[in-house]
Amino acid sequence: MKKQKTKEQAQSGISKTCPGPMVFSKGAVISEPGSTMKYKTGNWRTYKPVIERAKCIKCGICWANCPDAAIKKDSDGTFIVDYDYCKGCLICDKLCPVKAISHGVEQK
Amino acid sequence: MAIIGFEEKEFFASGHRACAGCGEALALRHIMKAAGEKTIVAMATGCMEVVSTPYPETAWKVPWVHCAFENAAAVASGVRAALNMKGDKETNVIAIGGDGASFDIGFGALSGAIERGTKFLYIATDNEAYMNTGIQRSGATFPYAATTTSPAGKIIPGKQQPKKPLPFIVASHGVKYVASASVANLPDLKAKVQKALKVNGPTFLHVYVPCIPGWKIDSSTTIEIARKAVETNVFPLYEIEDGVLKFTQKPAEKKQVESYLIMQGRFKHLTPELVKKIQGYVDARFAFLEGIEGKKCFDVLY
Ligand SMILES: Cc1ncc(C[n+]2csc(CCOP(=O)(O)OP(=O)(O)O)c2C)c(N)n1
Ligand code: SF4
Ligand code: SF4
Ligand SMILES: [Mg+2]
Repeated sequence: MKKQKTKEQAQSGISKTCPGPMVFSKGAVISEPGSTMKYKTGNWRTYKPVIERAKCIKCGICWANCPDAAIKKDSDGTFIVDYDYCKGCLICDKLCPVKAISHGVEQK
Repeated sequence: MAIIGFEEKEFFASGHRACAGCGEALALRHIMKAAGEKTIVAMATGCMEVVSTPYPETAWKVPWVHCAFENAAAVASGVRAALNMKGDKETNVIAIGGDGASFDIGFGALSGAIERGTKFLYIATDNEAYMNTGIQRSGATFPYAATTTSPAGKIIPGKQQPKKPLPFIVASHGVKYVASASVANLPDLKAKVQKALKVNGPTFLHVYVPCIPGWKIDSSTTIEIARKAVETNVFPLYEIEDGVLKFTQKPAEKKQVESYLIMQGRFKHLTPELVKKIQGYVDARFAFLEGIEGKKCFDVLY
């Protein structure tokens, strides 16, 4: 006969793979706006875009077309990639009118 | 502050879980820049709802209500009614649904809300299939596109029906402002969102958004493909204001539809005959639009 697991054994088995029951706020209300910022999507990248500062003409096309808002305007007006969030889609690389953006494979 | 004419602040934050290169996420980012802080969003389920609110996180920086698949427009109506009760005339109310939510599942609620004359903007983000559940065809799927429920078989090569003309169905309700927009032209998208939000009644935007896994495209080509859709008249940019259609961007020289189709895996099964058929479909649809351009074609009831 198959040995029956005790309730505790069964639960401890689950807890190894599962963080446990999720506790929801009333109405599942999320009260912290923009809190996905806590989650860094930068480690999704396969390709890494690199903006060459000297070539950037400050047109902002890369900034406007990034689905992840992962390009920032630097204090000198040039644009820089925020690698915490850049997913490496390379839309910016494709659209830069002066080819100031290049890419390579992300080295992890 | 603005950067190249767009609001610098983000109201749709980084860290959302959309695929790399997602056109729909880019559209939301710009819709929110255009609408600004004083906005409440009611959103139907779909990719954008799922990727923007992985509980307990949210990408939204404005009040946002998760809706069922069917009822984003009804929820927006309720939000507007509550604002009216409070005497709030400033706050924008926007309902957003994918093509599945808008063209099919939430179509009744959308029709009801605009028929009641509710002051709100409905935005249908169209990636031409039910992407979040794995690429099922919708009423908005482009003819002959392969989806999991309209596969490219030997006998039936992809989806057999044309796109449902939702913007015209909405315009036929007597809506004052209806427009198409695309991530291919972000200033145009911005202008249309802001114009729609000024109207004291229901308004509607049909926004073209490429989907990476759904269209079997490279993540870097989202904008190129969207531009090609405008250049080939696959997705013309127009607005219908007070019942009169006007183009907001007309391609200088029309490109062949084939140049659009070959960029996408969902069309890779197409034979030269089918490409010709699609060219005919696109030409006929565009000729229809040109035919009504500048004429009063819809009653405006609000
Ligand atoms: C009534 C109902 N049917 C089915 C589903 C499952 N479902 C959730 S999202 C989705 C697809 C959404 O498609 P669309 O509106 O086009 O948005 P997209 O994901 O493509 O952005 C489906 C079928 C649901 N949530 N509710
Ligand atoms: S590669 Fe994509 S995600 Fe990264 S900065 Fe460029 S556009 Fe944004
Ligand atoms: S499946 Fe398509 S619509 Fe959904 S997040 Fe990915 S690219 Fe965007
Ligand atoms: Mg869809």
